[in-house]
Amino acid sequence: MNERIEIRWHGRGGQGAKTASLLLADVAFSQGLYVQGFPEYGPERMGAPITAYTRLSSAPIRVHSNIYEPDYVVVMDETLVGPVDVTAGLSKDGAIVINSSKDPSELAALISDYAGRVYTVDAASISMQTIGRNIPNTPLLAAVVKVSGAMDETIFIENMRHSFEHKFADKPEVIEGNLKALKMAMEEVHLYER
Amino acid sequence: MSIKERLSGNEAVAIAIKQINPDVMAAFPITPSTEIPQHVSTFIANGEIDTEFIPVESEHSSMSACIGSQAAGARSMTATSSCGLALMFEMLYIAASLRLPITMPVVNRALSGPININADHSDSMGARDAGWIQMYAENAQEAYDNLIQAVRIGEHKDVLLPVMTCQDGFITSHAVENIEILEDEKVKDFVGEYKAEKFLLHKTDNMSMGPYDTSAYYMEHKYQQAVGMENARKAIEDVAADFAAMSGRKYDYIEKYKMDDADFAIVIIGSSAGTAKDAIDELRHEGVKAGLVKIRVYRPFPEQEIADALSGVKVVGIMDKSEGYSNNGGPMGAEVKAALYGNGRNIKAVKFVYGLGGRDVKIESIREVFDNLIEVEKTGNVPAHYQYIGLRR
Amino acid sequence: MKDNEMKNISPNSTYQEMTPAGNIYGSGTSQMFNTGDWRTATPVWAADICKQCLLCFPVCPDSSIPVSDKKRADFDFDHCKGCGICFKVCPFGAITMKDGE
Repeated sequence: MNERIEIRWHGRGGQGAKTASLLLADVAFSQGLYVQGFPEYGPERMGAPITAYTRLSSAPIRVHSNIYEPDYVVVMDETLVGPVDVTAGLSKDGAIVINSSKDPSELAALISDYAGRVYTVDAASISMQTIGRNIPNTPLLAAVVKVSGAMDETIFIENMRHSFEHKFADKPEVIEGNLKALKMAMEEVHLYER
Repeated sequence: MSIKERLSGNEAVAIAIKQINPDVMAAFPITPSTEIPQHVSTFIANGEIDTEFIPVESEHSSMSACIGSQAAGARSMTATSSCGLALMFEMLYIAASLRLPITMPVVNRALSGPININADHSDSMGARDAGWIQMYAENAQEAYDNLIQAVRIGEHKDVLLPVMTCQDGFITSHAVENIEILEDEKVKDFVGEYKAEKFLLHKTDNMSMGPYDTSAYYMEHKYQQAVGMENARKAIEDVAADFAAMSGRKYDYIEKYKMDDADFAIVIIGSSAGTAKDAIDELRHEGVKAGLVKIRVYRPFPEQEIADALSGVKVVGIMDKSEGYSNNGGPMGAEVKAALYGNGRNIKAVKFVYGLGGRDVKIESIREVFDNLIEVEKTGNVPAHYQYIGLRR
Repeated sequence: MKDNEMKNISPNSTYQEMTPAGNIYGSGTSQMFNTGDWRTATPVWAADICKQCLLCFPVCPDSSIPVSDKKRADFDFDHCKGCGICFKVCPFGAITMKDGE
């Protein structure tokens, strides 16, 4: 991987952007990387736009500021594309991953200034099919791992299995569904061809 | 062997408390330190430690409970932030003057108003003269390490003073980072068992604490406190040496980064020191001889160390994350400048106020400070007034 | 600092000679201070009028009414400050106040 990958998460209060930023840091930590995961805090309410950040690095991380020039952006709620400047500072060599069931061209039109890659993944539908609840976190995590190449996909899945086994020790029946969500998201994250 | 972990600053502090296993934890929740007592009360509920948790109705009461229990002979802790620390103000002085080595993690947050929950140092800087030893952390690792050392520093028989260990609210308290924690047994051995020489609940040796002190005695008792603070200097060094032997991590009153040949330096506290190190690396790459002095121990104030570290510098910027409303910057600016004056160092110094109420401090913010310092060197004009960084005008 | 040096602490003591934080070691140390010389009025106990009802001794702020075998004795004038509370509570006029020590 590059020396450092910086990811910015856009979500709405209650959608789990903070959890996702920490989960990615967590799984990268399991692979021996230096990590930083943190949300931007304010007077949060359900539904208010919120931002979270993840830094992954092969060297210790000392900087303690927000991320202004991310390599990747993940948008957990398509309605944020437009009202929020989700591509601000985003590297054109990087990519944006949007959780949406819409035709990617519709979303791409809203961020036409952005010259980098635009991906969509229907994380809501994937999580409904595999987990039975709308928890877009898990599929989006897999999508950004796939798109960024931040870590080895097989090892990522293995680490996530360990994490799920720990997290869902008292309800093992949901582990397979969560793993399936990861794999499906990796397959179904689509690059928008301009 | 240390255990590699990824933890938020609050989690790291809570684990340190678990490993220290104090006799008493009295706390009232306040953002952003709430997670600390929350995690600790969970450890207690799960039977992992036998600390007595005292839920109280305010921070004035949490500090009062700590004072009572520490006076009774129990190792006591609490945690707080901002307005919570302010509400303790009266009791902070009581804890220090009764020579009770309470330890308190403080998660720095702006002291209202307007009301704000994010980091700056206005809360703990307001309490800097309360007689507590004060330590500041750059990251979760230091927050963890400082707390473990704080217990022994405060309880040292020649010191007997309370200690607050500070870290920046949200910036480090809520950010998950890599950290190395120590094995439970090692921490247990390191802090040892608390054995107060004199305490209220002694079976046979009765005593009274906190009597009215007339003018005939008061100054002598205050001077005893000052002697304790003076003795803390050696205790801090000794404890750091023991800690380094155990953990491999070395600590001092101050940390110097690229200071050996620095022309331009900043003096800074807390999480922004890490950001500044990255900025300094960039500047060094561009040929600017930049460096920094990070203050870890603010009370007792390491005047000599700071003056010595800055001796070869052309211009220094002193960075306050709190206003002093002196019309000329914050408390650090005043004290660092005094340290330079007292040591006869004729170094150009510029005072800055930055990062108030969680205003994000970027690498660019620090570069702006150095741009200022370079300009001072070029023109020879030291601004008479202090400067705000990151302010919209 | 040894406990038995407590009584040597005076307004002439140096900070080294004083206990930390002004802590007071041992119990019953107020007996060392003869507050009786603060007195500007003095209670006088008339043993022949006294019914030994014992309403007076619990209200004495300075524990200056000694009681043994359920009977009070005369005042401890080393410590009585002459506040007159006992005089106020006595239902039988067995305590009177006179000016001076």
